Amino acid sequence: MTAIRILVGTRKGAFILSSDARRRTWSVDGPHFGGWEVYHVKGSPVDPGRIYASQTSSWFGQIIQRSNDGGKTWEQPASGGEAKTTPEGMPKGESNKFVYDTSAETGRPLTTHQWYDGTQHPWEFARVWHLEPSLDDPDTVYAGVEDAALFRTTDGGRSWHELAGLRGHESGPNWTPGAGGMCLHTIVLDPTNKDRIFCAISAAGTFRSDDGGTTWKPINQGLHSLYIPDPTAEVGHCVHRIAIHPNNPNILFMQKHWDVMRSDDGGDSWREVSGNLPSDFGFPIAVHSHEPETIYVVPILSDALHYPPDGKLRVYRSRSGGEEWEPLTRGLPQEHCYVNVLRDAMAVDTADPCGIYFGTTGGQVYASADDGDSWAPIVRDLPAVLSVEVQTIS
Amino acid sequence: MIRVTLPHHLCVLAQVEGEVQLEIDGEVTQRTVLDALEARFPMLCGTVREHGTLRRRPRVRFFANLEDVSHESPDAPLPRVVAEGESPFMIVGAISGG
Repeated sequence: MTAIRILVGTRKGAFILSSDARRRTWSVDGPHFGGWEVYHVKGSPVDPGRIYASQTSSWFGQIIQRSNDGGKTWEQPASGGEAKTTPEGMPKGESNKFVYDTSAETGRPLTTHQWYDGTQHPWEFARVWHLEPSLDDPDTVYAGVEDAALFRTTDGGRSWHELAGLRGHESGPNWTPGAGGMCLHTIVLDPTNKDRIFCAISAAGTFRSDDGGTTWKPINQGLHSLYIPDPTAEVGHCVHRIAIHPNNPNILFMQKHWDVMRSDDGGDSWREVSGNLPSDFGFPIAVHSHEPETIYVVPILSDALHYPPDGKLRVYRSRSGGEEWEPLTRGLPQEHCYVNVLRDAMAVDTADPCGIYFGTTGGQVYASADDGDSWAPIVRDLPAVLSVEVQTIS
Repeated sequence: MIRVTLPHHLCVLAQVEGEVQLEIDGEVTQRTVLDALEARFPMLCGTVREHGTLRRRPRVRFFANLEDVSHESPDAPLPRVVAEGESPFMIVGAISGG
């Protein structure tokens, strides 16, 4: 018996939507962490009961929450039933301690990056945008943070340590904040190669590590961004999201600030596959769970107009890995719709037919249980949706 | 006994309602109050003061005897009415944003 669990992060808390494999009726549980921004919630692929959540506030900072029972109960790692203090009496609440590694042994100096006015600005931690649990260990999780850096826990979120080779890359001084801040928002783990990690940063671009996160190289060849001084620069591109199919991890798809892109060589080079899209601006991109060449995007008009063309909410599907796209409209509002779908707010399940889910800034979460052919809202009035992840539970 | 009031979000995190009462040996300052608070509620570490630097987070304010003491030295003695528990030390989320 398969069940589907959707993990929704919003501006005012987290919600868990559950259904059986038919995906017709849903229960809605939440809000969890009411009043807090929940940027991302994601479960471990090897232990579906283990879920991590990034709970954050401009006032009170970063909190990491962990559940061991599929989201029924939550704890801050190292709080709860565990000892709250060290034997010396010092607090142990370090699950939200994201400190850039400047140690001589493993870290890099606290370098600077380019600020909005062109001056150099030191890295300052703001929040965790994305949590990516390991593919084989429920206690290991990667965290993409703002200001852009990659952290990892290997103790279930009790402590976090920076993989400082990324922030310390020689291109770091040229990285620039996007409109939403300078965030590492996408982490993709290669299921066939434990040492290979992809990440994407706004606005620096895409990076790849082939040694488990120790060293990194920019992989942005072929990107063309008219909004930066050198449109083909090695870094500086505002990559919004990248995605792979687990059976074909050498093929990457990218939704860039403008342009939908594709790489067939693990990111070494990219080519545009926007084709007949009505707009190639957007945030999310997702790959069908059973068809590696079927991809989904949600076009919006532009960087100035973050809403769909013509007030019609349309998911576009390509069954050819890009270039040729078809609008998917059945069940989606086709008039007076001016919501956006953010970069982490689209996901697929692994049921058959494939389920596609996305959340909007208007608080709707839409589901399709038939590869995207038709859609229905699961909920309509949540706070603005920041992220959507799906667990397919056997 | 020192009385401390927390903003709603931190009450939820710390799983407390209303005021928190803390015992402090020695001088009562912002630093000793916050040290005691974090020792008893380690889940609040990093939420009032930043990790590492222990600086007040920018959108958090401190009030003692209804006066804003956010910019006072963290080692300055707090007013007698706070030190003696007549008036709470108030940790407040700044009124800003949406």
